Amino acid sequence: MDTITTQSPPRWRTMLDRLRNWSLANSPWLVHYNSGSCNGCDIEILATLTPRYDLERLGVKLQGSPRHADVLVCTGPVTRQSADRLRRIYDQMPEPKFVVAVGACSISGGAFRGCYNILGGVDEVIPVDVYVPGCAPRPEAIIHGVAVLLKKLQPDRAEEIDRLLVEAGAVVGEEEGIDEPNAELLGAR
Amino acid sequence: MNAPATERFVVPIGPQHPALKEPGHFEFTVEGETVVDATVRLGYAHRGIEKGAEGRNWTQTLYLIERICGICSHIHSTAYAVGVEQLAEVEVPARAQAIREIICELERVHSHLLWLGVAAHDAGFDTLFMYTWRDRETVMDILETMSGNRVHYSANVLGGVKFDLTDESAVAILKGVEFLEERTHHYRKVVSEDAFFLQRTRGVGTMTHAEALALGVVGPTARASGVARDVRLDAPYVAYADFPARIQLLTAGDLEARFLARLDELLDSFRLIRVLVAGLPAGELTAKRMPRKLKPGEVISRVEAPRGELFYYIRSTGGEQPDRVKVRTPTLCNMGSVITQTIGHNLADVPMILVGIDPCFSCNDRAVTVRRAGDDNGRAWAWADLRRYGIDYYRRIRN
Ligand code: SF4
Repeated sequence: MDTITTQSPPRWRTMLDRLRNWSLANSPWLVHYNSGSCNGCDIEILATLTPRYDLERLGVKLQGSPRHADVLVCTGPVTRQSADRLRRIYDQMPEPKFVVAVGACSISGGAFRGCYNILGGVDEVIPVDVYVPGCAPRPEAIIHGVAVLLKKLQPDRAEEIDRLLVEAGAVVGEEEGIDEPNAELLGAR
Repeated sequence: MNAPATERFVVPIGPQHPALKEPGHFEFTVEGETVVDATVRLGYAHRGIEKGAEGRNWTQTLYLIERICGICSHIHSTAYAVGVEQLAEVEVPARAQAIREIICELERVHSHLLWLGVAAHDAGFDTLFMYTWRDRETVMDILETMSGNRVHYSANVLGGVKFDLTDESAVAILKGVEFLEERTHHYRKVVSEDAFFLQRTRGVGTMTHAEALALGVVGPTARASGVARDVRLDAPYVAYADFPARIQLLTAGDLEARFLARLDELLDSFRLIRVLVAGLPAGELTAKRMPRKLKPGEVISRVEAPRGELFYYIRSTGGEQPDRVKVRTPTLCNMGSVITQTIGHNLADVPMILVGIDPCFSCNDRAVTVRRAGDDNGRAWAWADLRRYGIDYYRRIRN
């Protein structure tokens, strides 16, 4: 192994890396861990997977085991009870792995900061790549957070990802401004 | 290979687990496929809110309390606000009380629909999950129109409510309720007629009336076993005296009954929301004056959360901060029934039985039972023991 590192990596390896990055960015698998949240963020994450927002059509899949996951989506402040579990789940994930912290709590401890059983935000325990603020963040914000991560992975595809999201209706194009949440949707169904 | 039928395994589940969105840890001892013993370990989401409340003033605590649970945030803040207003001897205007009740019922609608979806998902019926969650967005939109937020609506302030029911939102509510009512009738049909689904629910996890009384279960779980217990009727709070709910009782006590009890409650909520919107009393939104310091005293406040009776004890020593806020949530009352019901069932039925009480761990992890290994199980600890244990524990994990 030592000899390899002194040379530039073999061609097959760069190819493989590119392939891995490509597949990861096109179909990231998520695993979700709640380290002490109030459920508000969790139900919004679930809502992003259900028909109105439907993150799955963008290739994102939520599944159960950390060993299959590329992205760890964390909610809630880290309680002293679950810090150890959070660390363990992170360690079980294969490389390369990324962490998205959803909600004010997972960023800093939020409303619970200062309570005796709270360690603080998720980044007290594991490194975080993307922060999604809000209490609770809207599903659109969570989708945006995942998109930011995807763009980080593949900077040259940033524009394409933006376009895909707008086309899929997952985010609103800039020129359209803020989404009117309820007007015709109530009647539309 | 071919393990003898008497061999026992312990199957640990959680805290991170695909079927549960929340952290809870269970250990099921199985003999073959049959569960013979079960234990639960809670506390992963214990944040120390009750203690945190003591360091915040009365108003700040309202927002902290709301964040006990993201699913039933309004009911928590209502229980707290009602208690504090009683302590302060503040009269809340009738219109504010009625608006609180509307939001309580809308929250029940969103919570029950959410539960129906999650329960269907655990039964392997993802189509139903997707449909209910699609429909649930309707009530989320209504709540957002009224309050500007989807999860923590912050409708309550001490002494009243923050926003009025505008004509626009009244129209949205009526329209949404009409749509949801039609859908709920459909779901009721699916849940009571779909042959595959019934195999997962009918006769599973049955709890008789006597058992339900002995275990002290609350909410729809109790009402599905014929226990007539509903705080909205027993001790009306906010506007429930003027706009009463109707109790939904079933006797079968199995999972199917728990599904039907909740769906019937949904239908009653729709009725009640219509009555409320039509008969909303005129008046102010907040009380004239809400003192910052409260007189010394203590109060108990009970409300009916979507999952059952929610209990608050609030004590004031005359300061700007609460001296003690004690919260007892419905899931904790119901959790014991899961442990007893699962015994004798197949392991595959366990998620369904668990979801049957509509567990909410973030509410749940209020109290911790401390048991000393090797000791008499359940021996009570004195305050000094508990304190000692706490100090040792944190010293240990710090190193
Ligand atoms: S950020 Fe808000 S909604 Fe999310 S877990 Fe924390 S309190 Fe709950």
